[in-house]
Amino acid sequence: MKIHEYQAKQLMKAHGIAVPIGRVATTVDEAVAAVRPVVDASGHPVVVVKSQIHAGGRGKGRFKEHPDLAGVNVVTDGLKGGVEAAEAKVRALAEAMLGSTLATVQTGPDGKQVNRLYIEQGIDIARELYVSVVLDRATGRNVVMASTEGGMEIEEVAAETPEKILRETVDPALSLADFQARRLAYGLGLEGDAFKNGVRFLESLVAAAEALDTDMVEINPLVVTTSGGVMALDGKMSFDNNALFRHEDVVAMRDLSEENDAEVEAGKYGLSFIKLDGTVGCLVNGAGLAMATMDAIKQVGGEPANFLDVGGGATEENVAAAFTIITRDPSVKGIFVNIFGGIMKCDTIANGVVAAVKQVGLEVPLVVRLEGTNVDLGRQILSASGLNLTPADDMKDGAKKIVELAK
Amino acid sequence: MSILVDENTKVLVQGIGSAGRFHTDKAIAYGTQMVGAVHPGRGGQVELFEGETDHSGVPGRDDRYRVEVPIFDTVRDAVDATGATASVVFVPPPFAADAILEAADAGLGLVVAITEGIPIMDMVRVKRVLEGSATRLVGPNCPGVITPHACKIGIMPGYIHQGGRIGVVSRSGTLTYEAVKQLTDNGLGQTSAVGIGGDPVNGTNFVDVLRLYNDDPSTEGVIMIGEIGGSAEEEAADWIRANMTKPVAAFIAGTTAPAGKRMGHAGAIISGGKGTAKDKIAALEAAGVVVAQTPSDMGAAMLEAMAKAGKA
Repeated sequence: MKIHEYQAKQLMKAHGIAVPIGRVATTVDEAVAAVRPVVDASGHPVVVVKSQIHAGGRGKGRFKEHPDLAGVNVVTDGLKGGVEAAEAKVRALAEAMLGSTLATVQTGPDGKQVNRLYIEQGIDIARELYVSVVLDRATGRNVVMASTEGGMEIEEVAAETPEKILRETVDPALSLADFQARRLAYGLGLEGDAFKNGVRFLESLVAAAEALDTDMVEINPLVVTTSGGVMALDGKMSFDNNALFRHEDVVAMRDLSEENDAEVEAGKYGLSFIKLDGTVGCLVNGAGLAMATMDAIKQVGGEPANFLDVGGGATEENVAAAFTIITRDPSVKGIFVNIFGGIMKCDTIANGVVAAVKQVGLEVPLVVRLEGTNVDLGRQILSASGLNLTPADDMKDGAKKIVELAK
Repeated sequence: MSILVDENTKVLVQGIGSAGRFHTDKAIAYGTQMVGAVHPGRGGQVELFEGETDHSGVPGRDDRYRVEVPIFDTVRDAVDATGATASVVFVPPPFAADAILEAADAGLGLVVAITEGIPIMDMVRVKRVLEGSATRLVGPNCPGVITPHACKIGIMPGYIHQGGRIGVVSRSGTLTYEAVKQLTDNGLGQTSAVGIGGDPVNGTNFVDVLRLYNDDPSTEGVIMIGEIGGSAEEEAADWIRANMTKPVAAFIAGTTAPAGKRMGHAGAIISGGKGTAKDKIAALEAAGVVVAQTPSDMGAAMLEAMAKAGKA
């Protein structure tokens, strides 16, 4: 699960991590009203107006409605004209940004609508650095990655100057040890107050990542201020969905408007669903089989319309919901149900499909391949239902049949 | 011969809710020695299992079975009373990591975790605790381990298996079944089949299982089934090139998966351009592995690998 930058900063602040002062706004008036308290609290006449969407590259991104307007704007009018001048500029910016569509390298050309702005204090930046905490799957532990190349994509740094990436593997029994934090701070060239603040920042960041069950925390850039402060100028956090049950505060930050409607609905039924661009709807049990089913459809000249894993513990109701979500997609010209029952029983799938067709009808060809636990019972239920379906012997046979029928 | 489990393996089930009960019943029908259950709060009770024997399992049994499985509050009690050496975990995700730790603490040599959805940080801690311990964890988020006609620990359908010559290892449950069925249909059969699970942090990886099969005299070839995400397949390819003395076939799922999207399994994601099916297939082919182009060709790929090695 992803959250917005301002929410990540709220969580960081609560975990003792230094972040700039800022306020979120969903209307033009709220944006204007945020300026004075931010300026007063920070003592800095400059403010920054940042678009809040679940995608990076906002600074370089541009609005479709205003091709010259960036997703992040520094307002310096307050330097000469005082708070009133800053407020006037923020009003003009907020009017243009709110409700408009921001396209960045990560959103793709369609862009995303900006519904929230973050009004943040200006910072006197001495240096821009990079730090992130991610899972290293090879060791099964979190790893801290840091670099002096703040503002650059870490993949780019890894490709061009891999020697500039510092790494420390975190022992879960210790969290980030003092010596590791010092080693990173020395490696980043921090000195004096910035060194002390940097060590504290890194240790707090790792502790927060562990406490919050993050998938990834990325601070890019991490800035050193002219007065020796170390602060998260940007902040990206995503969370391990499996651990959300113990983080109500994080779940409350979910912004459904940032997610695909069908994927959200599928999630309610415990289904793993991803919308794709093709015409063959897939209903499969097991993530590996679901991926392989997509591969098989492509192999015989078709294109999958979705990835869908009903999971092992699905009920008839879940299966019916899955079937309904697939049939609702107008680009679907045929459906392939591919089941190899293990924990999932074939009769459950069969009953779910029959129930769904009774409810929502079936206007496209349906190919069903059943194998595994309770397979005979599942086949019986399907043939007794009188449904107009084409049975398949195996996955390849099924893929061929549905691609032919969906033409 | 086989790896990890055989007809003498005594198994505990941890978590005897509806899924745990259903699959314990199937395991008993197959002939697995399910000697006890652990379910805190239900110690002292007994769970009765009876039904029709699954004759694809352990041979030479009556047509019906009736087994009383004692329930214990703690794994240690269960081990003391039954002499179990393995457990299968069906405990729900919030409590599953603790169940694994309890099994390791009680000294079980093999813990098979079926549970899907365990928090990653929990598994990071479990893996840390298990380092250097005598307990082997298989999973989580896996179908389990089976040695045909001897012992079935997990959720795989028993009837598709046939004793034979090939070791199976896979990150995906349902694709394991596909491979197993094809090996049964083409007559190669299986020595054992191990699902290592679809999570990013797991107890046993491809290399661990490849090593076991390489050392098992009855295993003549191995099929491994991987998928997008991480670098476990690339590490396996390196190990195969340096150490493997037996033919290997493979299939990698997710050739058509889009980048940056988690394909069902928590571990199946292409991130930062890393973990693509293409890279994995290239690494395996460079190590001399025969890679099936579609999931329906896994059995044929294994036959080809065996033929190349002069073992057809």
